[in-house]
Amino acid sequence: MSETSAAAMPTPAPDEGDGARAATGATIRLENLTKRYPGSSEPAVDSVNMEINAGELVVFVGPSGCGKSTTLKMINRLIEPSGGRIRIGGEDVTHMDPVKLRRKIGYAIQSSGLFPHMTVAQNIGLVPKMVGWSKARTAERVEEMLDLVGLDPGEFHGRYPRQLSGGQQQRVGVARALAADPPVLLMDEPFGAVDPITRDHLQDELIRLQHELHKTIVFVTHDFDEAIKLGDRIAVLRERSHIAQFDTPEAILTNPADDFVSGFVGAGAALKRLNLTRVRDVEITDYPTVTVDDPLQEIFNRVRASGTNEILLLDRRGRPYKWLRRGDLMRARGSLARAGTLVNDTVTRDATLRDALEAVLTDNAGRVVVTGRRGEYTGVVDMETLMNSVHELLEADRLEAMENQHELEEARGEQTRQAQEGVGGAAGGAGGGGEERA
Amino acid sequence: MNFWDYLGSRHQQLLADAYQHASAVFQCMVVATLLGVLIGVVTYRSDWAGNLATTATATLLTIPSLAMIGLLIPVVGLGVPPTVIALVLYGLLPIVRNAIVGLRGVDPALVDAATGIGMSRLARLARVELPLAWPPILTGIRVSTQMLMGIAAIAAYASGPGLGNEIFRGIASLGSRNALNQVLSGTLGIIILALLFDAAYVVVGRLTIPRGIRV
Ligand SMILES: Nc1ncnc2c1ncn2[C@@H]1O[C@H](COP(=O)(O)OP(=O)(O)OP(=O)(O)O)[C@@H](O)[C@H]1O
Ligand SMILES: [Mg+2]
Repeated sequence: MSETSAAAMPTPAPDEGDGARAATGATIRLENLTKRYPGSSEPAVDSVNMEINAGELVVFVGPSGCGKSTTLKMINRLIEPSGGRIRIGGEDVTHMDPVKLRRKIGYAIQSSGLFPHMTVAQNIGLVPKMVGWSKARTAERVEEMLDLVGLDPGEFHGRYPRQLSGGQQQRVGVARALAADPPVLLMDEPFGAVDPITRDHLQDELIRLQHELHKTIVFVTHDFDEAIKLGDRIAVLRERSHIAQFDTPEAILTNPADDFVSGFVGAGAALKRLNLTRVRDVEITDYPTVTVDDPLQEIFNRVRASGTNEILLLDRRGRPYKWLRRGDLMRARGSLARAGTLVNDTVTRDATLRDALEAVLTDNAGRVVVTGRRGEYTGVVDMETLMNSVHELLEADRLEAMENQHELEEARGEQTRQAQEGVGGAAGGAGGGGEERA
Repeated sequence: MNFWDYLGSRHQQLLADAYQHASAVFQCMVVATLLGVLIGVVTYRSDWAGNLATTATATLLTIPSLAMIGLLIPVVGLGVPPTVIALVLYGLLPIVRNAIVGLRGVDPALVDAATGIGMSRLARLARVELPLAWPPILTGIRVSTQMLMGIAAIAAYASGPGLGNEIFRGIASLGSRNALNQVLSGTLGIIILALLFDAAYVVVGRLTIPRGIRV
C-alpha cells in the first residue's frame, strides 16, 4: 500500500517565536484501525472507526483486556497497527516517521513514567530539547509547566522523582507530556496508581488545564466515574475494542445503548447524572430576605407580609445568617441574636446537583441557600425545584441520546454499505516496524 | 634475607612490575568493558541471543588460564598480545552478563515512556536504558577487575608484563634463598592492587551513578 505519507503534521507550528499562542487540539480519525498480535488468532483491536474532534477530551472506558491501551498506543504508533489508518489533523500519520510523530503527541502513563535518574526539570525539558528548543527557552518552559500543574518551580525543579509523592510525580508526568505544546495528548490510566483523594485532585486539575489549553485528549481508564467526570464524550469499549457506545456522559447515563453499557454504568445512573449538572443550571428561587441592619419593625412586617413561612436573615455583607419563622422573633422577645435557626449549610452556584441534593436532604426544612463567589446570598434551592429540574434534565438527555443513536445507526449502515462495495477497504499497512517489544 | 630487606632491595623492580600489572589490567578492562557492554546492547532484546552471549562468555571462563595462554602463543606469539587477548576474554563474562541483566531489568514502563515521548532507539539507549543499567554494569566491571588481577599473573608464563614474573621466578627457584620472598611479594602486590582498584571503583560509582538512582 503506497501511501503518499506527508512528513510533517499540520500543527500550527508554535515552535518558533516565543509568546505564540499555545497549540490547541487537532482532530483524530481512526479508520478501520486493527491490531493483530503475532500468535493470536483474534485481533486485539478489530476495525475501530472513531472521530475525535479538536479540543475534545474523549475517554476510553471498558473492561480489562478489551484493547483500550492497544488502541491508544496505535495513535502514537507505540504499537504499529496491522491494518487501517490514523489521521491527525487531517494528515495520514500511519506511515510517517514514528519518532517525529511522537514528539507532536504528549504521552502520559500510569506510574508517571518519570526517569528516576533525571531531575524534575530534566524530565520536563526532554521533549523541548529533542525538538531543538534553546536552553534558555527550555528552562523557561520548564518553570512555566511546573507552575501550570501546580508545583512550585523553585522547590521542585531540582528534585528527583523518588523525592516526590505519587500525586506530584503524576503532575510532573503531565507537565512533561505537555512541555513541547503538542496538539494531542494521550493518557493511559494516568491516575490509576494514586489514592482516591489525590486522584480527585488530579482530575480537577486536568479539567482546569483542559479549560485553558483545549488540547485533543484521549484518556484511558477503567473507572467509569472518572470517565463521567472528565469526558466530553465517552467511548465505552467491549472486547476487541468494539465501540459499544460513543456519546456524552449524560447520554450514556440516561440512555445506555445496551445491557453491556448499562452493566458498565453500574447502579445509580441517575445519581451519577446529578454530578454532571451544576446548581447554576437549575432554577434558583428567590426568597424574601432582610438584613441584620434593618429595623426590627421592618423585619416583623416583612415576615408577616411574606407569603412563605419564613424569611432569610442576611448579615452585614449579604451572607445568609439565619432562617426566621413567624413567631421566632416573638419567642425571642425581639432579640435577633436569639431568634431563628442558623444557616449551617450552603452551596455555591458551581456545586454539583448531587452536593445540592445532599444538602437539601440533610436540611430539616428541605432547602439550601445558594451563595455567590464571596458567600453572598443569591437564592435558594429546595426539594421541589431540584426534582423538577432533574426530571427535565433526564428527559432532555433521553431525547438527545435517542437522536444520536439514530445517527450512529445510520452512519453504521452507511459504513457497511461502503465496505460491501469495497470503498472503505481496510488498508493492510505492512506494519510491524521493529518498535514494539514482543 | 628477611622479607622486609627483600622489599627494600627490590622495591624499584617491584614497583615497575606492579605498575605494568595495573596498567595491563586497566587497559584490558577498558577494552573488555566496551566490548562487553556492546555485546550486551546488541543481544539483550532477544532471549536466545542474550542467553547465547552469556553462555559463550561463561564457557570461555571455564578454560584454565594457563591453557588459554598456551593455546594463544602459537597463534599470536609471546609477550603482550596473548596477555591482552586472554585478559579481555576472561573479563567479558561478568560485564556481558550484568549488562544484559541490567538492560533487561529496566522498567518496561520507562522504556514505553521513553519511546512514547519520541526518543529514537539510540537516544533511548543512551539516555535512559544505559544510565539505569549502569549500577549493575559497574558491579560487573568490579568483579571482572578482581578476577583479572589474579589471571594477569599467569601472563608471565607467556613472557607478559606484571607481578606474575615475580611469582614465576620464585616458583622456578624454589628452595633458594629468595624464592619465598619473591612469591610472597608478587602475591601481596596483586592483593594490594586489587584493593586499590576496588577503592577506585567506589569513587567512580559515586561520580557516575546519577544521584536519583543511587542507593
Ligand atoms: N504485546 C502483546 N502481545 C500479545 N497480546 C497482547 C499484547 N499486548 C496486549 N495483548 C492482548 O491484547 C488485548 C488487549 O490488551 P490491552 O492492553 O489493549 O487491554 P486494556 O484494555 O488496556 O486492558 P487494561 O485495562 O487491563 O489495561 C488483551 O487481550 C491482551 O492480552
Ligand atoms: Mg491498559
